[in-house]
Amino acid sequence: MTGIAVSTTINGDTIEYLCQPDETLLDVLRDRLGLTGAKEGCGTGDCGACSVIVDDRLVCSCLVLGAEAEGRRIETVEGMAHGDQLHTLQQKFLEHAALQCGICTPGFLIAAKDLLAKNPDPSEEEIRFGLAGNLCRCTGYDKIVRAVQDAAHVMKGA
Amino acid sequence: MNFDPRFSGRKFTSVGTRPVRPDGVDKVTGRARYGADFNMAGQLVGRVLRSPHAHAVIRKIDTSKAEKLSGVKAVITAKDLPDLTDGDAAMYDILDNCMARTKALYDGHAVAAVAAIDARTARQALKLIEVDYEILPHVTDVDEAMQHHAPLINDTIFTEGLEQKPVKPSNVTKRSQFGHGDVHQGFGHADFIVERSFKTEQTHQGYIEPHACVASVSSDGTAELWVCTQGHFVYRQHCAQLLGMEASKLRVTSSEIGGGFGGKTHVWAEPVALALSRKAGRPVKLVMTRDEVFRASGPTSATSIDVKIGARKDGTITAAEATLRYTCGPYAGSWAEIGAMTAFACYRLDNVKTVGYEVLVNRPKTAAYRAPSAPMAAFAVESAVDELAKELGMDPVEFRIKNAAQEGTRSSYGPVYGPIGIGPTLEAVKNHAHMKAPLKKNQGRGMACGFWFNFGGQTCVDLNIGMDGSVSLAVGTVDVGGSRASLSLVAAEELGIDYSQLKAIVADTSSLGYNDMTDGSRGTFSSSMATISAARNAIKILRERAAQMWDIPVDDVVWEHGHAVAKGDKHGNLGKLSLKEIAAKSGTTGGPIAGHSELVADGAGVSFATHICDIEVDPETGAARVIRYTVVQDAGKAVHPTYVEGQYQGGAAQGIGWALNEEYIYGKDGRLQNAGFLDYRIPVCSDLPMIDTQILEIPNPNHPYGVRGVGETSIVPPLAAIANAVSNAAGVRMTHIPMSPPRILAAIEAEREG
Ligand code: FES
Ligand code: FES
Repeated sequence: MTGIAVSTTINGDTIEYLCQPDETLLDVLRDRLGLTGAKEGCGTGDCGACSVIVDDRLVCSCLVLGAEAEGRRIETVEGMAHGDQLHTLQQKFLEHAALQCGICTPGFLIAAKDLLAKNPDPSEEEIRFGLAGNLCRCTGYDKIVRAVQDAAHVMKGA
Repeated sequence: MNFDPRFSGRKFTSVGTRPVRPDGVDKVTGRARYGADFNMAGQLVGRVLRSPHAHAVIRKIDTSKAEKLSGVKAVITAKDLPDLTDGDAAMYDILDNCMARTKALYDGHAVAAVAAIDARTARQALKLIEVDYEILPHVTDVDEAMQHHAPLINDTIFTEGLEQKPVKPSNVTKRSQFGHGDVHQGFGHADFIVERSFKTEQTHQGYIEPHACVASVSSDGTAELWVCTQGHFVYRQHCAQLLGMEASKLRVTSSEIGGGFGGKTHVWAEPVALALSRKAGRPVKLVMTRDEVFRASGPTSATSIDVKIGARKDGTITAAEATLRYTCGPYAGSWAEIGAMTAFACYRLDNVKTVGYEVLVNRPKTAAYRAPSAPMAAFAVESAVDELAKELGMDPVEFRIKNAAQEGTRSSYGPVYGPIGIGPTLEAVKNHAHMKAPLKKNQGRGMACGFWFNFGGQTCVDLNIGMDGSVSLAVGTVDVGGSRASLSLVAAEELGIDYSQLKAIVADTSSLGYNDMTDGSRGTFSSSMATISAARNAIKILRERAAQMWDIPVDDVVWEHGHAVAKGDKHGNLGKLSLKEIAAKSGTTGGPIAGHSELVADGAGVSFATHICDIEVDPETGAARVIRYTVVQDAGKAVHPTYVEGQYQGGAAQGIGWALNEEYIYGKDGRLQNAGFLDYRIPVCSDLPMIDTQILEIPNPNHPYGVRGVGETSIVPPLAAIANAVSNAAGVRMTHIPMSPPRILAAIEAEREG
């Protein structure tokens, strides 16, 4: 059995790896590359815990094959902060306590980043529908929505 | 040193503030390590083979083909987990649940497991295991399981708690009864009586992180286990007992936990992973798929409940009675018993009687789910209370206030209450702006109350002061939602230092004494009590060291605002010594400074909440939508108010999902038909409004700061609050949870047709 050779960009770095044809991008990130920020909550595209951005599109990495990453540009939660400078969304999630257990947090951060990139001034309803692909069982979403609203506000001003 | 846990009023500096949690940055950068984020060198992948049948005798398992597959390092069945439980029936059930011994008892029951070099090989190996099943008739419905002709799940079960031992085995494992007075007489004095039957379907805790662990057994008999759990000390004991190990030789580290809600309080796959590792001689990582999480872990009970409540014209309840039947899965439990205890706990009743029946069914073993058993009982009781208020022509809040339990009331489950929050939450609701807000067409408002006991239990904390004056706090209760932040606040408060000078961690089982698990809302209650005690022990040493540095009697040294201060005229010129200054000299004044505490945290104060909910029902489709939601709950003392609010909001959201959507759907074949997040739909962001919270603080007399548990009560009222709102919005009384669109539509149509 031979692996497929893939060359891709992850969080700005060129990365090369071998993967099997049936391996998902999530498997590759977590098991081959040690990027365990993306989580597997379901493996079927229903929870959003595995969210990453591929070529400016928000995707569930459990539904993308590792081999499909060839030549793409991938952003994961590990690439959100610049050095020790947290992204505004990360900072606002902390300030608003938008996480309890935190397992959903990387997925929400990535989904929120994608949302604000496309709609810098979303209404509450747009935030709620924009994040409807991500499940959180702990927070009831209240503080997540507020954190995203606050981040949008700060980022607009920046 | 004797520790006095009694409440003493004080002004707080740190407690009650809202700093960022110590584990926060790791969690927003993806660095925090959860159950599946840990790996060991040479690790194998474990997978479990599960029964596709709801009820079947396992005649034979042939693993030979799987064993021969290249890359397979171990295959195990029940034979590899021999029964070492020595007559401990509860442990035997856990063992049988981890790996079926003679019968598969539910769809998803583990029957064999493999460890292989990678996931693909492990999956292939599972397909090569041949199991010869003899399929038996099954039963999944609680009421059907109680019938005489129902398929018998365990023929050694004879109902306990009856006056006479029954002559025949049945699916009812136990009957329990609570109450006082004479309900018969009480109903005789009633002018109005409401009598109703209710059903609730089975739901899952729905934590987003599937169960995951890495087990490594060495040839010298020691072992390590990395696992997402609510209680690593309990997991250690269970695993050690099931595998015949000494507990001290098994070191269990709790990972960050991606939600538990009661579902990660007993072992499932961990003994299997250890047995695989022992057989293969290599570390084994075992992670459940979401399908396995639904089919084989959790869930809560499905129930069937009858309620009867009577009241006089003036609104005084004269008698209340309930019969509660709860599913336990295929193993004995005490779920109906807890339901029977909580059912009428909000009220002051002269005549009350509740009876619970524990019922075996071919579903997964019931696990605790946030205030386990209370939400279903509250749904039935609070629905009936609302109806009775209507019949009396009384406002539902006033009716409840009139009958609410108070300090000194004998509770329906026995004990006499101390200071409690049910009256104050009702008064707060009565005066809340939400109650006065206008409603539109097809909208209705409902409210309901809820109660939960809260637990205390065995707790142990180490507080170590570094030479640089920083403080590390090692606790043994797993942090499920921010308790490291709240415990740091408590330590900062007691020591009189800044929150930033502290770092709290959750210690592993070899580094700290035994701790009960994080359940029963005990995490912050009990560990804060131990933290206060440990800090006071450390302060005693700090005072001694300061006395030594000053060369004065220790009795002349007091601790104030993080400093040792010399008291008395003759020490007027000594100034004060900070914790940092004392710590810097510790090497020459007697060595490291630390405070320890080991205690049993008694007196977890009971907790009450009242919720308000506005619902809009679409009369065409039967779809119900939550428009506005308010939680009012007593916290005793909110240590970190933001995380207290988070608990209130999270519990309410889970209750909303339970009330409107979530349910286990079994086919006629006894197989679970919706074992995934697509078909078992938990609320998403666009389903919910903001959830308003109001924290009341009625101090718990048995905690130095007045803290009560806050984690669970918030899931108790929503089912009933929503049912009452639906009834007001659509004019139909819903008696079956979840109130999914088809059920509401059917009720509306039945009402229309009269
Ligand atoms: S793991 Fe990819 S959506 Fe759930
Ligand atoms: S914080 Fe636990 S699932 Fe979102």
